[in-house]
Amino acid sequence: MLKNLVYSALFAGLAAGIIVAALTIFMLVPMLLEAELYESGMLIHLSDATAAMPDIEAENDWTRNGLTVLYAATIYIGFAFMMVAAMAFAQEKGVQITTRAGILWGLAGYGAFQLAPAMGLAAELPGMIAAELVQRQIWQIGTIVATIVGIAAVVFGKNWMHWGIGLVILAIPHVIGAPHPEGLGGTVPPELAAQFAARSLAVGAVGWISLGVMSAYFWRQGNR
Amino acid sequence: MTTTTHTAVKSDTNLISIAFAAFMGLSILFIAGFASSATLHNTAHDMRHAIGFACH
Repeated sequence: MLKNLVYSALFAGLAAGIIVAALTIFMLVPMLLEAELYESGMLIHLSDATAAMPDIEAENDWTRNGLTVLYAATIYIGFAFMMVAAMAFAQEKGVQITTRAGILWGLAGYGAFQLAPAMGLAAELPGMIAAELVQRQIWQIGTIVATIVGIAAVVFGKNWMHWGIGLVILAIPHVIGAPHPEGLGGTVPPELAAQFAARSLAVGAVGWISLGVMSAYFWRQGNR
Repeated sequence: MTTTTHTAVKSDTNLISIAFAAFMGLSILFIAGFASSATLHNTAHDMRHAIGFACH
């Protein structure tokens, strides 16, 4: 059991991490680099729009990208451990884990770890203004936990009371609301920030669905 | 009787294994995702932004 858990988590996490790292490097890192140019003042937002943009290209740094791959694999292996632990626990309770069901498990993880927190605190670019770090982290962790409990209550609940309680728990973090700064006005153009937030959610969705499918697949393989 | 005991013991070790896996996941996430040492921050910077974990 333990061996299967560990191997499934390592394989699934590594595979999903590599997919996410590739998407991040090609879709998100260029936007981070551009935002850093605004942050450092090399590009200025709201300057005379008719003036020609200085021709500055951020350089692609392969050491930096290597670290992104390493970190993506690490964090997705962390997600994968929680995913296979949850799948194994559900299986102990009589829930059948199929590779196809892995899609739904992945979507649930995506909802808890990325979508719900993003409703309060969208993925940020460097140079954006935000509330104090610790306060944001507390809200994020609280939202993740509440969303996991809420989804579990709705999915595995047996009656209206379970479903009702699940929905209430899902709503609580958003009723409380995420910590936001007093005033707005970062250095990054809103067009860039909006696209980054949307792309971050898309990359996360691909990553989490891959993670769910592969966790279920490797878990089943090991159970044979 | 013996069978029941065996199943119970197996189920217990299973639960311990599951708890261990969950704890591994939590530790990795906490250290990689939320701890804020400078070295870790520089390594993790781009991915943290990408997955929307609070960074700085």
